[in-house]
Amino acid sequence: MDLQGFGHLLISGAWVTLQLALCSLAVGLIFGLLGASAKVSSSKVLRAIGNGYTLFVRGMPELLLVLTIFFGSSAVLMAIASQFGYDEYIELSPFVAGVTALSIAFGAYATEVFRSALQEIPKGQKEAAVALGMTKYQTFKRVTLPQVWRIALPGLGNLFLVLLKDTALVSVIGLNELMRQAAVAVGYTKEPFTFYVAAACIYLFLTSISMAGLYYLERFANRGYQGAR
Amino acid sequence: MNWDWTVIWENIPKLMDGALLTLELVLFSGLIGVLLAIPLALLRVSNNIWVRALPYAYIFFFRGTPLLIQIFLVYYGASQFEWIKESSLWPILREPYWCAVITFGLHTAAYIAELLRGAIQSIPKGEIEAAKALGMSYPKMLRRITLPRAFGIMMPSYGNEVILMLKGSALASTITLLDLTGMARTIIARTYTPLEIFLAAGVMYLIISALIIFLFRMLERYFNRHQHWPNEKPKGLDSQLLSKD
Repeated sequence: MDLQGFGHLLISGAWVTLQLALCSLAVGLIFGLLGASAKVSSSKVLRAIGNGYTLFVRGMPELLLVLTIFFGSSAVLMAIASQFGYDEYIELSPFVAGVTALSIAFGAYATEVFRSALQEIPKGQKEAAVALGMTKYQTFKRVTLPQVWRIALPGLGNLFLVLLKDTALVSVIGLNELMRQAAVAVGYTKEPFTFYVAAACIYLFLTSISMAGLYYLERFANRGYQGAR
Repeated sequence: MNWDWTVIWENIPKLMDGALLTLELVLFSGLIGVLLAIPLALLRVSNNIWVRALPYAYIFFFRGTPLLIQIFLVYYGASQFEWIKESSLWPILREPYWCAVITFGLHTAAYIAELLRGAIQSIPKGEIEAAKALGMSYPKMLRRITLPRAFGIMMPSYGNEVILMLKGSALASTITLLDLTGMARTIIARTYTPLEIFLAAGVMYLIISALIIFLFRMLERYFNRHQHWPNEKPKGLDSQLLSKD
C-alpha cells in the first residue's frame, strides 16, 4: 500500500485516538461507579437520577451526544460563569468535549455493568463486614470494590472496544485523531479507499491488541478461581 | 442562558421528516442484515476450518473497525476506482442514501451473524437429532427447526442490536443525508440553538427506541409461543391435540 508519505500523519492520529480512548475510559469508569452507586442506593432521588442518566444516554446516538456537548457546552458554561461575574467567551476544546461525551456514554453502559456486578456479591460478605465494625466506606473499599472488578471485567472489556471505535466520532468536531488525519490525507491525495483502508487496519490492530490485553487481565483477575491442574 | 421552547415547536415537523428517514434506514439495513447474516452464521458453525474462516474474517473486520470508517469507505472509497465508476453499479453507489443502507446492512449483518451463531449453537442437541431421526433433509430442518428456534433464542439480543443500529444510523448525517441528526444539524445551522434542537432530537431517538423495545417484546412472544403452552394455544392445530389435557 502506497501511503505517499502520509504514514506518520496516521500514526500521530492513532496516538491521539489512543489518548482519547484512555482518558475517556478513566473518566467513564468514575461515572459508571457513581451511576451504579446511585442506582443501588436507598435514596429515591439518587435512584431516579441514576435511572434517568442510563435511560437517556443509552437511548441517544453517541454522535448526537458529541455534537450536543461540543456545540451546547459554551452556552451552559457561560451561563454558569456569568453567575460568578466572568463574562468572556468560553469554548471547550474538541479533545475535552470528546472526552466528556465519550465518558458520559461509556459511563451509562458501565453503570449497568457495575450494578449487576454489585448485585452478584453475596449479601453475607457485607453483613460480615458490618459485623466486624467496618464503616460503609470501608466495606465498599475493602470488600465490595475488589470483587466488583473481577465480575465486571468482561462487560467493561466489551465497552472499551466500543469506546475505541466511538473515538472516530470525535473527528466530526475537528479533533486530529486517526479518522480525521485519514480524511486530511485523502484531501491531498484523492485516494479515499487507500487511506480509509489503512486507517481501518490501524483500528483493527488497536482492537486486537486491546482484546489480547483484556484476555490476560481477565486471566489475572480470575487467578484465584482457576482451581488446581 | 435562555431556553427557547418555540424553536422546538416550530421545527418538530422537520425533525419528524428526519425521524422517518432514520426509521427507513434502520428498517432496510435490518432486512439486508438478517438476510446476509443467515448464510454467514451457517458457514460460521461449520466443522470445516476453511469454511469457517471466511465469515470469521468478515465479522472480524466489521466488528473491529468504526462504523464511520466503513461508511466513508463505501461512500468516498468507491469513487477511487474507475471500473466502479464505469460499471452499472455507479448510479447506486453515487447516492448517499444507498451507500448508507448498504454500509449499515453489511455492518449489522456481522453483529447479527455472531448472535445467530450463538443461538444456533445453543439449540438443544436433541431437537436437531429428532429432526434428523424423522428424516428431514438439511434445508427442511433449517426451515422448520434450526432457524425458527435460533430466532426465538436470539430475539432479545437482536432487539438490542436494532437499537444500536438506530443509534449508529446517526452517522448517515456525515454523508449529507438528512436523517434525524442531519436534520437537527441543518436546523441549528440556521437558528443557532444547539441545546434545544439536539435535546429534542435526543428525545425523539428515545421514543423510537421505546417503540422498538415494545415491538421486540411482541416478536419474542411470537417466536417463543411454544413456551406459553398450554395457556395460549397456537392457531390451526390438530383438534385432537387441543382436546387432550
